[in-house]
Amino acid sequence: MPTRKSIGFSPEIQEPLLITRSKPGRNKHILPDPFKACVPDELAQFMNPDEVSLPDVAEVETVRHFTRLSRMNFGVDQGMYPLGSCTMKYNPKICENIAERIRNIHSSDKHPMHMVLRALAALQRYLEEICGMDACCLWPAAGAHGELTGMLVIKKAFQNRGEDRSVVLIPDTAHGTNPASCAIAGFTTRNIPSGPQGYLEAATVKAHLDKDVAALMITNPNTLGIFEQEIHEIAELLHANGSYLYMDGANLNAILGITRPGDMGVDCLHVNLHKTFGTPHGGGGPGGGPVLVQSELERFLPIPRIVHVPRELFTLSYRFPDSIGMVHSTLGNVSVLLKAIVYIIRLGPKGLLEASRTAVLNANYLKTKLKDQFDLPYATPTLHEFVLTDKRQKDQGISTMDMAKALMDFGFHPPTVYFPLVVGGAMMIEPTETEPLSELDRFADAMLSIAEKAEHDPQTLHDKPESTPVSRVDEVYAARNLILTWDMLESNDNGAVSK
Amino acid sequence: MSFVPHDQDDRRHMLETIGIQDEEDLFASIPQNLRLTQRLKIPGPLDEENIRRIPQGQFSHVCFAGGGIYRHHIPAMVDALATRQEFYTSYTPYQPEISQGVLQSIFEFQSMMAALTGMYVSNASLYDGATALAEAALMAIRAKPIKRVLVTRATNPRFRSVLKTYLANTGVKLQEIPFDMASGQVERFSLERLNGDDAALFVQNPNFFGILEPMDCIASFARQSAFWGIVVSEAVSLGLLKRPGDYGPDCVVGEAQSFGNPPNAGGPLLGFMCTTKEHLRRMPGRVVGLTKDSQGRQAFCLTLATREQHIRREKATSNICTNEGLCAIRAALYLAAMGPRGLRAVATQCVAGAHQILQLIQQVGRQPVFKGPFFHEFVVQLDADKRRALEDDGIIPGVPIEYYYPEIKDGLLVAVTEMNTREDWKCLLENL
Amino acid sequence: MSIPDDLKFTKDHEWGRIEDSRLRVGITDYAQSELGDIVFVELKSIGTKLKAGESFGTVESVKAVSDLYAPVGGTIVEINQDLEQAPELVNQDCYGAAWMITLAMDDAQETDKLMDAAAYAQFVASEAR
Repeated sequence: MPTRKSIGFSPEIQEPLLITRSKPGRNKHILPDPFKACVPDELAQFMNPDEVSLPDVAEVETVRHFTRLSRMNFGVDQGMYPLGSCTMKYNPKICENIAERIRNIHSSDKHPMHMVLRALAALQRYLEEICGMDACCLWPAAGAHGELTGMLVIKKAFQNRGEDRSVVLIPDTAHGTNPASCAIAGFTTRNIPSGPQGYLEAATVKAHLDKDVAALMITNPNTLGIFEQEIHEIAELLHANGSYLYMDGANLNAILGITRPGDMGVDCLHVNLHKTFGTPHGGGGPGGGPVLVQSELERFLPIPRIVHVPRELFTLSYRFPDSIGMVHSTLGNVSVLLKAIVYIIRLGPKGLLEASRTAVLNANYLKTKLKDQFDLPYATPTLHEFVLTDKRQKDQGISTMDMAKALMDFGFHPPTVYFPLVVGGAMMIEPTETEPLSELDRFADAMLSIAEKAEHDPQTLHDKPESTPVSRVDEVYAARNLILTWDMLESNDNGAVSK
Repeated sequence: MSFVPHDQDDRRHMLETIGIQDEEDLFASIPQNLRLTQRLKIPGPLDEENIRRIPQGQFSHVCFAGGGIYRHHIPAMVDALATRQEFYTSYTPYQPEISQGVLQSIFEFQSMMAALTGMYVSNASLYDGATALAEAALMAIRAKPIKRVLVTRATNPRFRSVLKTYLANTGVKLQEIPFDMASGQVERFSLERLNGDDAALFVQNPNFFGILEPMDCIASFARQSAFWGIVVSEAVSLGLLKRPGDYGPDCVVGEAQSFGNPPNAGGPLLGFMCTTKEHLRRMPGRVVGLTKDSQGRQAFCLTLATREQHIRREKATSNICTNEGLCAIRAALYLAAMGPRGLRAVATQCVAGAHQILQLIQQVGRQPVFKGPFFHEFVVQLDADKRRALEDDGIIPGVPIEYYYPEIKDGLLVAVTEMNTREDWKCLLENL
Repeated sequence: MSIPDDLKFTKDHEWGRIEDSRLRVGITDYAQSELGDIVFVELKSIGTKLKAGESFGTVESVKAVSDLYAPVGGTIVEINQDLEQAPELVNQDCYGAAWMITLAMDDAQETDKLMDAAAYAQFVASEAR
C-alpha cells in the first residue's frame, strides 16, 4: 500500500479548533480610523454590552491554522475526482484571473455594471446556442436553484392557461434535488421506472400520462451514463398531452457540440456551471444553475432581465408582468458567471466538442478496463460516465463503501457511491476529459488492485483509509451526539462526549 | 486548444483498448436525427492574452451604496488563504477522510455565526439573504400550522420579492406590515393587529432604511406568533448591536456577504441561517458535526444529512445541494482575521461615520427622511437627474429606492462604511 | 434474523405485541439491520389518534429516515422515553427495551389482518434483493 508521504497528504494529523488558540489581546489587526470613531449616545441602548464572541488569535497563528487545514484537504488541482454526474474537470486559471476584475464593483454602479451586463448578455446567447434554446436566466445560484426556478416557470405557465396540473413524472434514476424542487414548486411527484436497458421507454411514459401531468423531469444522458434515446418520442407524447419536458442538465458534458436539448424537444432545462463549464467547486459552492427555455415559456422567466437599447447602456428591467418574480436578491453568483463565459470563449466551439468527445472516450476506456473485475449492471452503451456495483465483491464481505475508502489510499477521491438508487451498491464513475491517460491507467490499476484484494485478502480492506489525515470517520457518533459548534463542546446536553 | 491532455498516440491506444476503430462509434446511442451537423455558433478559441484584452469597466471609487451589499475592508490574509487550491478546487466534503480542511473550516464558521447571533446552531450557508428568508418561511410552515407569513415592509424589498416567489404555490398568504413614515420603524399598531398564532413573523434589523427597529417591543408581540425570525442584512451589525438571539426568535437568517466577500457586481453572496435546538432537525442546508475517527482522533463530517434532498427527496427540508461553501470559508477567515475588537471597530466606524456625515449633510440643508435611530445607512432625497450626473462622474451617492417605496420621492439610501475616506466624504458633501 | 413467534408483523416491518386491549409496537430485526446504526427516534405524543397505516413517528440512521406506521388504529397511550437518549437500543434490543409506543386499540380485531411470524419470515425472504 502507498504511504502517507508518497501520496502527499500532510503529516499533521489533527489541528485543534481555532478557539483553543484564543487569548484576550492576541489579535492585533488594525484598521484606519480617520475620524476617531465612537458610538453616538442615542445608540447606547442598542449596543451589546459584552465583548463580541469571536476567537482572539494572532495573525500568524490564524494563517498557520488554516494553512494546515487546507493541507488536510483534497482538491481537483491535486488529483482526480471520478465523481459521477459531478464533472470534476480542471478549473482553468485564466477564468479566475478575469473574474477578479469585478471584485470591487457594487451592483448599483451602473457604468461598470453595463460592461458586466454586456458580458452576461453574451453568456445568455452562448448558452442558448449550446443548448438549442430560445431564452435564458442566469440568476439561479446552483443547479437545484435552477431546477426550482424551472418548475416554478412551468407552474406559472399552467396557471396562465387556467389549468391546475399537479403531477410531475420523475424516472427512478433521478437526482434527489429533482423531487425536492418539485415539492417546493407545489407539485407532487410520481416515480416511473426506467426500462431494462437503463433508459426511459416512451411506452412507459405514455402509460403514466393523464391530464394531471404537468411535466416530466429527465436527465440526459441519465445518471447511468446512458443516452435517453427515446427522448424525442417522449417529448412528442408530452406535448400532445399539453405537458412540458424538463431536463436536468447535470450531464451536459457528454453532448456539447454533439446534440442539443432544444433539438430533443426539451422545453426547459438548467445547466450546472460548476460542472460542465469548469468553474471551481469551492468545497461546496458557489456554483451556478442558469435556466433555459423555449420561447413559449420565456415570459415567465424570473426578473430582472437584461435589456439593451442600441447606443445606450445595458441595463436591467423588472417590467415583465408574467414573470414568476425574483429568485435571488441580485444577479446570482456573478463571478461564477464570468468564469463560465471565459471558459466558453477560451475553448470555442472546437474546444467544447473536443471536451465532450474526450469525456466520453475517457469513460469508455475506464469501463473497458474495469468491467472484467467489477459487475456492470447494464450492457447498454454509456457516454461520459458508467455505473459499477459491488455485487462480485459482496460475497467476500467487501462493500462499495469499503472500496471507496480504500481508493483514498491510492490518492484518489472515490467515485459517487450508492447512487443512482436503482442500482444496489452503485459506484458512478465519471473521469471527465481533463484526466491524462496516465492518471486513468493509475486509477484503473488502483481499482483492479482493490478487486484483487477483495478476492484474496478481503480482511485488509476493512479499516481503510490508512494514509489520510484522519482514518475512517465515525458518522454514527456525529449523528448521535450532534456537536455542531465549539460552544456545544463545553456543554454537551447529550452528556456523551465519551459515549 | 482545450484542456484535454491527450495526444494522438493516447487516443489511438484508448480506441484500441476499447476495441473500436473510430471515435464516432462511441456516439452510436445518440439517434442520427438529433446529431448536430454544424459547428456551434459561438466565438473562440481565444488565447489568454486576447481574453485579457477584453475591455473592462472601472468601478466608482467614491461609493456610498449599500442596500444589502456592502464594501468592507477585507484583510489580505483572507484572499491568501481562500485562494489556496485545496479550498478552491475541492468538492463538497462527502468523503470526510480527505476533506477535513473544508469540514473544520465550515465547523468554525458555524461556531462563529452561532456565537455572533446568539443562537444554538448555524448551517453551512444558503445562497443569499433573500433565499435564506424564503427557506426560513418554508421551515416555519413545516414546524407549525401556519396560514400567513408576515414581513415588515421595511425588510429588504429584494428579500421580500424572493420570499413571494417561494411562497407562491404553498397556499400560505404573504402580508406586509407597514412602517411609520416619521420614524422609519415598524408601525406598531399594524404589527399588533396583523399578528396572530397562525402567522410566522419576520423582521429585518437594522431594516432596509438603516433604521433600528424596537426589538424589545417586537419580541413581546412576537410571543403571539406561531414562529418568528430576525433578518440580518448587514452582518457587520452583529459586531456592535445586541445579539438577535437574545430576543428569543426561532431563527436568525440573512446575508453575511459583509464578512470577507467583496461586492463582486452582485455575487456570490452568503446566505446564513441560525436556529434553536427545537428546530434543528427542520433546518435546511448542510451542517458539519464534530466526531472522531477510528483511532479516536478529532474529526469532522457532514451530519443530519437524512433531512437533505439526496436522501429524503420530496420530503426533504429543502432542495439545496451546492451552497456557498467557499464564501462561508472566506467569512470564517475574515472573522478570525478581524477578531472581537476588529469586528467591533468596523461596526463602530461605520456607525460613527454615518452619523457624522448625516450631521454634515443636515448642515447644508438636507434632512433625513426618517427620524428613528439608525445604524450606518440613512435615507435622504436627491433629484434623479442630479444623482445620474454624479454617477456619470464616478460618484455613487447611494442606492435609489423610489422604485421600491414610491411614497419616498427621489429616495436615496446612503451607506457609510469604514472604506469611505475623508476625501470620499468631501466629494459627497460638495455634490449633494 | 430474529422473528419472535408471539408477535404480529406489518409489511413496513413493524411488530406488535398484543397486551389485552393494547398493542405494543416497535420495528423488527430486519428493519434495524437494513437501516444501520440508529441515531434518532422521533415519536408523536401521547394522546395522538391514529388510523392503521398512519405515521406515528420516524426512525433515523446515518443513511436513511423511515416513517413508522401504526399497525392498527388506536390512541398512543405510552411512548418509550429511553429512545431519546439511547437510540442505539433499537439496534441492540428491538423487540424488548426498544419498544416504541403502546396503542390503545380502537378495534382489537384489526390485528387479524397482520402477519404472523411464519408469514413475515416468508415476506422478508421475498424482499431480500
